[in-house]
Amino acid sequence: MAERRGKGAGEARSDPRGKSGMLRVKMVLLGSSGVGKSSLALRFSKDDFKDSAPTVGCAYLTQLVCLHDATLRFEIWDTAGQEKYHSVTPLYYRGAQAALIVYDISNRESFMRAQLWLKELEKQYVPGETVVGLVANKSDLSSSRQVSLQEGRSLAENKGLLFMETSAKSGNQVSELLLDIAHRVKLSSREDKGLAEWREADCVDMHREGRPRPLSSCCLTIGL
Amino acid sequence: MEKEHQEIEQPKAVRCCDLPSNCDANQTGSVEVPATISQDNPDAGELDCGIEDPFPCKGDDAAITSTNGLSEPQGAEGEGAPASALSDGTAGEADGLSKPEGAAADEDDPPENVSDSASTDNTLEDSNEFMVTVLARGGLEDQADGTPSALSEAGGPAQGPAPSHRDEDVTAESWRRHRKHVFVLSEAGKPIYSRYGNEEALSSTMGVMMALVSFVQSGDNTIRSIYSDEHTVVFVQQGPLVLVSVSCSRQSEQQLRSELLYVYRQIVSMLTQASITRIFERKKNYDLRRLLAGSEKILDGLLNLVDSDPSFLLSAVHCLPLASSLRDSLSQILQKAITPNLVFSILIAKNQLLTIVQEKTVIEDARLEPADLHLLLNLIGASSAFQAGEIWTPICLPLFNPDCYFYAYISYLDPPECTVCLLLLSTDKEAFYAVAECKRKIDEGMRTQNALRSIARAQSYSASQVGVSDLRHFMYKPFDVPDNHRQLTQFTSPEMEAPYSSEEERMRLLDLYRYLHSRIHSSSRPLKLIYHVAERETLLAWVTSKFELYTCFSPLVTKASAINAITKLLRWIKKEEDRLFIRNPPKYSTTPNPSKSSRGGKGGSDRQDTTDNGFLSLL
Ligand SMILES: Nc1nc2c(ncn2[C@@H]2O[C@H](COP(=O)(O)OP(=O)(O)OP(=O)(O)O)[C@@H](O)[C@H]2O)c(=O)[nH]1
Ligand SMILES: [Mg+2]
Repeated sequence: MAERRGKGAGEARSDPRGKSGMLRVKMVLLGSSGVGKSSLALRFSKDDFKDSAPTVGCAYLTQLVCLHDATLRFEIWDTAGQEKYHSVTPLYYRGAQAALIVYDISNRESFMRAQLWLKELEKQYVPGETVVGLVANKSDLSSSRQVSLQEGRSLAENKGLLFMETSAKSGNQVSELLLDIAHRVKLSSREDKGLAEWREADCVDMHREGRPRPLSSCCLTIGL
Repeated sequence: MEKEHQEIEQPKAVRCCDLPSNCDANQTGSVEVPATISQDNPDAGELDCGIEDPFPCKGDDAAITSTNGLSEPQGAEGEGAPASALSDGTAGEADGLSKPEGAAADEDDPPENVSDSASTDNTLEDSNEFMVTVLARGGLEDQADGTPSALSEAGGPAQGPAPSHRDEDVTAESWRRHRKHVFVLSEAGKPIYSRYGNEEALSSTMGVMMALVSFVQSGDNTIRSIYSDEHTVVFVQQGPLVLVSVSCSRQSEQQLRSELLYVYRQIVSMLTQASITRIFERKKNYDLRRLLAGSEKILDGLLNLVDSDPSFLLSAVHCLPLASSLRDSLSQILQKAITPNLVFSILIAKNQLLTIVQEKTVIEDARLEPADLHLLLNLIGASSAFQAGEIWTPICLPLFNPDCYFYAYISYLDPPECTVCLLLLSTDKEAFYAVAECKRKIDEGMRTQNALRSIARAQSYSASQVGVSDLRHFMYKPFDVPDNHRQLTQFTSPEMEAPYSSEEERMRLLDLYRYLHSRIHSSSRPLKLIYHVAERETLLAWVTSKFELYTCFSPLVTKASAINAITKLLRWIKKEEDRLFIRNPPKYSTTPNPSKSSRGGKGGSDRQDTTDNGFLSLL
């Protein structure tokens, strides 16, 4: 696992730039259970592939990404796709600078759910603030493909998302995906450093004041 | 081989406390047991035929237990005659092992039996036949030919944790032959979980089960169990969920009931009781599988553990033997790494507890129950995903507070081997970074003390280390470790070694223990001491006010030498207890951070409520 610093919850929200000029990036992986989020995360962090059990709650891991002019420290929140965790997912995606919405090209249902996740995210973020990627995983299963490349790509174009077909199994396009995200995060952070912070504060308030509407609508819509 | 089975029912005249004072684990003097187990069974011919014997039943007799408002299972149906025989110290024990306690099917005398068994409270004689037939149609019972023995399967292939149980053909004979089925359904009769086979394919069977439950309910009654030749069917209703166990394992109704409660609690640990209730209040025929999707493995794993790990039977925690100095220093490392709202710090290796440190105020309010820890351990074991990184997940401890979530931080300290697991429980869902920082400190503490290496060397022990010939295995559960009244209940037990090295033999020994346990904890006729000569071993179980002890000896042991051995064993445990048990679980104080979650309620549960209001209202 990559080196970690970090000194408690306070720091997580404060200065996104570390002392060394390293940019801290919170990235969340969203999508139905079984689409390969944990497998992608394992590729990101260890360039490995193992058969994995469904995630419980959320797994946290870190990965450094070096660009030519900066180093980004990705804090990856690999959420559980199982429905019972949907009500907690906002806990994990709040304040994220990057979000990957993952579906499985061999599973149409997961593509539908990806769109619901996207709607959910849009409620929380003004588009453009957070780098959102649509990831079509399991590209190695093209023989049983249920979602065409074109379909995925046009959805992403409509919404202005980054799009990539990947295979966590073969490793195809996985590191490209991470690099692409890193570039975009870096760009957006240069334009506006503070956004993620106040957004997060906003969400916390919504939660605390007992107005869980956006969140509960999440479990309702996603669950249907 | 001669078979004999003797036991002493604690006679009214003998005060329970007489025994322990003689046989206190703390005492090194001789244990004067013999006088109390001298009641020999006069009729060896009719005695216990051992658990290996085929179940000698045919016919359709079944007994239905149903009680109204009784909180304890009666379990005594059909035992009328044998019970009275036994209380006279005569041959009643014959039935003991060959049938589950309370099994009514005594084929010599079926009619009497059925009426006997159904006559508990609200008499159900009229409906007995009906229900059994219904159940048979539902595909559960089809033993009319009575040919295959229930035990041909006991400990057999069904035991293996084969991964593809979900795909099993539920109409196949092999499906029916499983030793223990467990079903969970909603009050509306919707299938939620089946241990074997796809719940969907079983929806008609589950419908029949629910029909049974409601049929009895309509008579203002509660269905508790059904006995047939080979199977015991036990029903447990918890809120809107109905849990059913269909077992030919010959466990007592009480044991099966407590296993079903584990299943219920594991479900609660993932969803909380409050949200389950709320969901079904809103929509009676909600399909809970939506929320449990992906959790089948956790329930499967739990049921396999329940069958194979005596911790569940004993409701006690097994901790890894460790030099007390090492355990203390591990505790200190945990004790130093704290943050507000942290309530439990738990270190686990090889699925056994190394140490546990608790928040002071929490321990005053309520203690961590072994069952809650078992559920946590099962969750960790069932999910290999934990090895991937650091986990932050909501989790409910049903016995601590069934309606609230804790947030569990779970991480392995020794990647990539992943044998030493750290579990930190907080009441604050936002505390991930703070709690993760505690782990960093713990990592550091472990490194400076080279603790991981010492932990790696720690291992369970062998019964031979006790130095008592003929002693093959034992389980010892002290009730009260001095000065730690509110401590986690623990037990100690050596590795199961030859002749119990195969899965099957291990299960057989556990079945014997389960049988002894059921006699000791029988609600109708609890026993204090059982000397049980089985076919391939001799067992002695003994409960006092200070401990519960199960021992297994080679079949050659004599009663006198077994008792002598127990004296030595107790002495050995006394000598080793600092190593075998967590003796002084340390505490820490993490005053709740006032800016967060709560104004520091008295205990964890109060704090829980305030922390989780927003969260809970979501489901
Ligand atoms: N063929 C193929 N299989 C994959 C790929 N990625 C993941 N899988 C498999 O898909 C299954 C699910 O993968 P996970 O990574 O656990 O899925 P997840 O999205 O993390 O699921 P949850 O944690 O339940 O939300 C596993 O059996 C993986 O081995 C891929 O790119 N190709
Ligand atoms: Mg996952």
